Amino acid sequence: MINFQYLRTTTSKSALSLISKDKNAKFLAGGTNLIDLMKRGVATPEKLIDINHVPLKQIELVGDTIIIGALASNTAVAEHPLIKEKLPLLAMALNAGASAQLRNVATVGGNMMQRTRCGYFYDTEMPCNKRQPGSGCGAIGGFNRMHAIFGTSEKCIAVHPSDMCVALIALDAIVVLANPKGERKILFKDFHRLAGDTPQLDNNLKADEMIIRLEISVNQLAKNFHYLKVRDRASYAFALVSVAAALEISADHKITEVRLSMGGVAHKPWRLTASENFLKGKEASATNFEEAAKLAMKDAKGFGENDFKIRMAPNSIIEALTVATSKA
Amino acid sequence: MEKRILKDENDRVDGIFKVTGKAKYFAEYALPGLTYGVLVTSTITKGKITTLNTKAAEKAPGVMAVLSHLNKPSAPGYEQDGGSPLKIFYTDKIFYNGQPIAMVVANTFERATYAASLVEATYTKEQFNTDFDKAVADAKAKKLQGQPDYKRGVEDAYKTAEVKIEEKYHLPIETHNPMELHGMIADWRPNNQLTVYAKTQGVKATQGTIANVFKIPNENIRVNSEFVGGGFGMALRTWPVEIATIMASKYLGKPVKLMLTRMQMFTMVGNRPAAIQTIGLGAKKDGTLTGITHLAFGETSVYENFTEGVVNMAKFMYQCDNVNTQYTVVPVDLGVPIWMRGPGEATGAFALESAIDEMAHALDMDPLEFRIKNDPERDQQRNLPFSDKNIKEAYRIGAQKIGWNERKNKPGSLIEGQWKTGYGVSIGVFNANRGRASVKGILKADGSLVLQSATSDIGPGTGTGMTLIASKLMNIPADRITFELGDSSLPPAPSQGGSATLSTVGSAVNDVCVALKSTIAELAANANMDATSNFVEVLKKNNLPSVEMTKQSQAGKEREAYSMYSFSIHFVKVKVHGLTGVVKVDKIVSVGDSGTIISPKTARSQMVGGAVGGVGMALTEESVIDHRYGRYINNNFADYHVPVNADIPEIEVHFINKPDPYINPMGAKGMGEIALIGFSAAVANAVFNATGKRIRNLPITPDKILAST
Ligand SMILES: Cc1cc2nc3c(=O)[nH]c(=O)nc-3n(C[C@H](O)[C@H](O)[C@H](O)COP(=O)(O)OP(=O)(O)OC[C@H]3O[C@@H](n4cnc5c(N)ncnc54)[C@H](O)[C@@H]3O)c2cc1C
Ligand code: SF4
Repeated sequence: MINFQYLRTTTSKSALSLISKDKNAKFLAGGTNLIDLMKRGVATPEKLIDINHVPLKQIELVGDTIIIGALASNTAVAEHPLIKEKLPLLAMALNAGASAQLRNVATVGGNMMQRTRCGYFYDTEMPCNKRQPGSGCGAIGGFNRMHAIFGTSEKCIAVHPSDMCVALIALDAIVVLANPKGERKILFKDFHRLAGDTPQLDNNLKADEMIIRLEISVNQLAKNFHYLKVRDRASYAFALVSVAAALEISADHKITEVRLSMGGVAHKPWRLTASENFLKGKEASATNFEEAAKLAMKDAKGFGENDFKIRMAPNSIIEALTVATSKA
Repeated sequence: MEKRILKDENDRVDGIFKVTGKAKYFAEYALPGLTYGVLVTSTITKGKITTLNTKAAEKAPGVMAVLSHLNKPSAPGYEQDGGSPLKIFYTDKIFYNGQPIAMVVANTFERATYAASLVEATYTKEQFNTDFDKAVADAKAKKLQGQPDYKRGVEDAYKTAEVKIEEKYHLPIETHNPMELHGMIADWRPNNQLTVYAKTQGVKATQGTIANVFKIPNENIRVNSEFVGGGFGMALRTWPVEIATIMASKYLGKPVKLMLTRMQMFTMVGNRPAAIQTIGLGAKKDGTLTGITHLAFGETSVYENFTEGVVNMAKFMYQCDNVNTQYTVVPVDLGVPIWMRGPGEATGAFALESAIDEMAHALDMDPLEFRIKNDPERDQQRNLPFSDKNIKEAYRIGAQKIGWNERKNKPGSLIEGQWKTGYGVSIGVFNANRGRASVKGILKADGSLVLQSATSDIGPGTGTGMTLIASKLMNIPADRITFELGDSSLPPAPSQGGSATLSTVGSAVNDVCVALKSTIAELAANANMDATSNFVEVLKKNNLPSVEMTKQSQAGKEREAYSMYSFSIHFVKVKVHGLTGVVKVDKIVSVGDSGTIISPKTARSQMVGGAVGGVGMALTEESVIDHRYGRYINNNFADYHVPVNADIPEIEVHFINKPDPYINPMGAKGMGEIALIGFSAAVANAVFNATGKRIRNLPITPDKILAST
């Protein structure tokens, strides 16, 4: 146990001033990821700034926009009537994550910021470019069954483990960040990064920034949706692959709008833009779903133990689309 | 501690303690002045420690000692030559990655943890191999006979049979992972008096091991282990880390507590060994088995040998004149394995019971019918009659309850959307053991009965079972009976393992009750009372506050005249998703054929627990090692998948519940192992029936279903 200082703050302003003063400080939200990382010696912050008392737990409809505070718990979001009615895909994805106990304390901001579950990243005796840049990637040539098939780099093939984020990228969420100078907005799809040459960076949040809320426009995707999570056990396991699908289907069974994304396949939540473009305006049919799934796999690359994902992923896309469009 | 009391047959003596937090586990004994040990572990897989720098740790706040091979804390048994090469703190050799090399003791757990991170080791490294498959395939690798070869009739007769199959089955390493972490509290006092609070399946065995290592008399050592949060076999021996805890207490003259981390549970307290097995089966076209060959390789360590009963079942479970088996153990550079529930028999049954299903399919026979056709009347291995065996009845009950008549023999016949349904069956069998145990009974004039024995209860409900045996015999309400266990100062009993406790200790309970009854009858006669008088009246009349006696009990000659086994039949219905490869167990029916059922509630719970463990073995559990480094990758509860509630469907349990006339006075046989043995094959067989895909490599994860054609 390495000593650290624990600070608690009640405003985002003071939280930001604390974090900008100290590059070895970290925000503490639900703590379900950060505390684990500290126990394993992977994260060694000197200061923990507890932000749980900052009033950022709102879940509300303002005009045509749904606002979700960064400190709303995963359970609060998933169980909120507004979310269940207007963003059921998000509720479904959240409920597919972790366990009820974890969801009760895990927050929206923390979920976005959670780090990969790659075993080499967690074991300080192993090489890992994400934990220790330049030390090598243990997963390449090692146990990479859970790892990425899209957008990988020679430095890192880890996946972002979140379920929630797979729904959020499909829903075109906007992330609102605060920094000592003010606020900035960033598209959800631009929040997380690919590993590239800097696998130590998971996302584009700057050191002096804080996630404060999400904004999501109300949409017509609340009827034909599905979140499919394929995993090794029925609960409390990370995705082998997951698919978020939400569509708008016209009376003549044409796809007028479609959002498709995947989890468990890349360093970031993976939006299937080519498949979406293909499906738009087409009939919601098995053949079209198969074609869309095929398109999604264009640049897939396996690393041995995760080769199966190249088969499991398109199958899962087909299944998710089928289930989503069979809802009356 | 409050008394363990049973209200009725559907109660447990300790249920209320467990759900209210009153049950005290070893780590909860808050001894005054308790200090905390934290282990430093090797980060290489094989070689030698060249330097160990403990200076910074010694100077860290609260630290009282750093123990290692540098200061060799006193343990006279370790100072002699011979014995296990992994004499903790008496060797600088590294046998596996994660081996404990030092222990930091401090006045708080946090300080010990911090100081342990300051200990620095350097090593000379040697080449190693942790890959069991590679070791088995390597002609030059060391291989040892695990059990004498067995042959009856013609060797490899299957090869010339009318119909034959020959297949290979893989089982990965599994880790027991009981909820409660392993460890010990040791309190060494002047004059070599030692008290330990242990997590053990045998307080007497622990006492004996400690006496041996520290060269002090057994009487000086008191081992307490009243409640154990799951053992599954890993608490069947006293591990080096427990010896280290005692060393630390002796060295410091203070009580020391050690509790492993979840990660250390993978490397310090054993595992179910990996196995590669080949089964050859031959049959006539009419379904008569004509040859069984079972060849098995099991994992062991380089520093200590471990063997178990992997090939036992093939020798007697089916009527067959030609059987041969071979069991070889192959060392790898990992910690030594230990029995895990169902032990080797569960490993063997996965292969054998899968192969039986494969043969039934090759013959185009219903696998249930095939099993019944080859069900043996006698034990051909020992050439003895079975003491009690009701397999055909168990098949019938289970088949009816699972809805076997819905099953189609042609795989992939039951399809609904993407879900394919299949049914599987398998059998489990385990030696019905009975050892030697003593029980003391104290019958009191206040109408109560106290029974004492140094047995354990790692969860199966020993106290409940014993209480029910006594209650029935003595005609005393269960809530007036207390059964004390988990204390080495009580009359001796063997460790809780091999499904033998109810049979062994229960017999001694029986015998002491019978003896107490006859004593009461004598006392009644002396006092000119009616022979049927209540013992309370009799004791009062004789002016006695209580009578007590101790009885030792063990099996007699019957064991030489009969072959004694417990049996179980597992029926499983699964659904397999065609696109994603996900397997959902839809229904489970397990039928136990293990003699009289003493305690219906705890018996059922044994079978339920075994089924859940079986689902884990079949579908989710595997300890993954990166063989380049020799380190475990998934050594935590998030990544090592034990089944969760959502994986488990309705579980129906049925019992034949007929007394075995020869095993013991109760006619009751053990059932802890049979609850799990064979289960994984029932799942694999059901998956095959659903999809036509035969997975011979556990666990059956979705990727394997998709990869298989
Ligand atoms: C065993 C286990 C299983 C799990 N299974 C799943 C699963 O199946 N699917 C899934 O999606 N997730 C799963 N999770 C992960 C879980 O969702 C995350 O741990 C959780 O969402 C993190 O949220 P938190 O509030 O606890 O974050 P914390 O642990 O408190 O913080 C995580 C990181 O986020 C930073 N942070 C937190 N809030 C902010 C903010 N507002 N602005 C900037 N930075 C911030 C912290 O500084 C820290 O670096 C699992 C976790 C565990 C332990
Ligand atoms: S995949 Fe990424 S996180 Fe995993 S070992 Fe490689 S660099 Fe580290």
